[in-house]
Amino acid sequence: MQQFVNVTLSGLIQGSIFAAFALALVLIWRSTRIVNFAQGSMAAATSFIALALIHSGQSYWLALVVALAAGFVLGAVVERVIVRPVEGGPELNAVIVTLGLFVAIQALIAIIAGSEFQSFPAPFGLRGFTFGSTTIALTPNSVFVLIAVLITMVLLVALFRFTRVGLAMRASAFGQEVARLLGVRVGRMLTLGWALAAVVGSLSGLLIAGGGLVYPAYMDSLIVFGFVAAILGGLDSPIGAIVGGLLLGLALSYVSGYVPRGSGLVNLAALVILMVVLLVRPGGLFASSTARRA
Amino acid sequence: MTGISVAFGGVAALSDVSITVEPGQVHGLIGPNGAGKTTLFNVACGLVRPDAGRITWRDQELRRLRPSRLSKLGISRTLQGVGLFAGLTVLENVMVGAHRHAKAGFFSALLALPTADKDDRLLRERATAALVELDAEAYAGRYPGSLPYPVQKRVALARALVADPDLLLLDEPASGLAEDEMHELGELIRALSSRMSVLLVEHHMDLVMKVCDRITVLDSGKQIAAGTPAEVQADPAVTEAYLGDAVDVEADAAELAGTDGGRSND
Repeated sequence: MQQFVNVTLSGLIQGSIFAAFALALVLIWRSTRIVNFAQGSMAAATSFIALALIHSGQSYWLALVVALAAGFVLGAVVERVIVRPVEGGPELNAVIVTLGLFVAIQALIAIIAGSEFQSFPAPFGLRGFTFGSTTIALTPNSVFVLIAVLITMVLLVALFRFTRVGLAMRASAFGQEVARLLGVRVGRMLTLGWALAAVVGSLSGLLIAGGGLVYPAYMDSLIVFGFVAAILGGLDSPIGAIVGGLLLGLALSYVSGYVPRGSGLVNLAALVILMVVLLVRPGGLFASSTARRA
Repeated sequence: MTGISVAFGGVAALSDVSITVEPGQVHGLIGPNGAGKTTLFNVACGLVRPDAGRITWRDQELRRLRPSRLSKLGISRTLQGVGLFAGLTVLENVMVGAHRHAKAGFFSALLALPTADKDDRLLRERATAALVELDAEAYAGRYPGSLPYPVQKRVALARALVADPDLLLLDEPASGLAEDEMHELGELIRALSSRMSVLLVEHHMDLVMKVCDRITVLDSGKQIAAGTPAEVQADPAVTEAYLGDAVDVEADAAELAGTDGGRSND
């Protein structure tokens, strides 16, 4: 029983980070139909900014805020300067550009910060809470992770559901030309979409780094899991991304917790899950429309 | 608009067409398929840039007219088909149309500052009022995909009207409507003309003849007649253009499908 609780808890915590990363991908896909492969590198870049601040003696919280702000700016700049010129061309062009950016940013991090492993501090303790004599896998830091992801989700939902800018962003996502005719500044909305996505992506990068090691490519595995989570959810649905992330986190945790030598099978399991879902429901678990397949 | 000419790769889609919509009038734009009605419409919206000619609005020449500026200029248009945002509720669709009336700046809206909050409420009220006017408020919370086509068309019209435009461009508002719905639409357009000018592209001749103050007839990109409905009906050139051309149903369908508001129908 205790093992089940522990495995489930760590699955949920991992899953919430996957969910945040998947959400960042979905935000960009919805508004620009571009799969942003550079998401992971961008998040790694902002984590290294945070790390530099922490090394210079600043508090974790200041570093967190600065890193998220840097993510916002980075997302906006990438959209305006790099993605905008290739938009409207063949769809693959923009995707290849983000792939190139993925490699370029990673290389840039290595040049500036070095490519050795560095430890990244966690804001809260990493020892599990104890109840009587049993210690569970829930640590103060993982509570922080869950709360941070939850707050981000709630803020995003509020932005999209209840504000005029959110409405304009959704309108732009569903029909750029029509939105433009109605006076929506579509370009601005796309930039904002990328900026917000980069903030969420950065957050997932910072959360997964906390209490662990960072190096220029440390986000690579999260990219894979984030993609699987996003596609599980249908790539079009923010709710789908969140549920997909949590499900994937749980599934992977059960695999590594219960299957003999399972921890080596985690990556494989992620791909098996992806294949099964795509075979059974090609549009993902939360496909918003079945017509898209036709 | 005076002397508008547009050529697509050497094919003249419009040559030297002039049209003036007077304040408070309903101006009809008719012609056989391929006459250039939709092209002229797109010029008026800035979607197509004319090769020659001037567009004047309220005594000011509009150079480099762009679609995004339309609503600021007080011009709204509906699209062939409906072009509603599939993932937004009916009310939200209409709220997007009221966008230009929001006062709060971009960043205060983003940060949900109190002024922006008040704005959002006003927007919601305006949108609801527009839906009430078009008798579609019962559908406010529904998604467009789940509604019958005529209702979708009413919502699309509400979305154009909520901006309170001075000029309303209606692109085939009656397509897909039944006889009695078309009758209602005619009355609505007449009623609107007390508040705004209307430029109407339409295939249904009886509707056009009933509601328009003036009519311009295009054929093969050229203006062949202009005047009151009675004058146009009596014009032999118009009869010839219509009777000389068999109605091409397939081209009509292709035109409809091709210009249906980008991704909105995904």
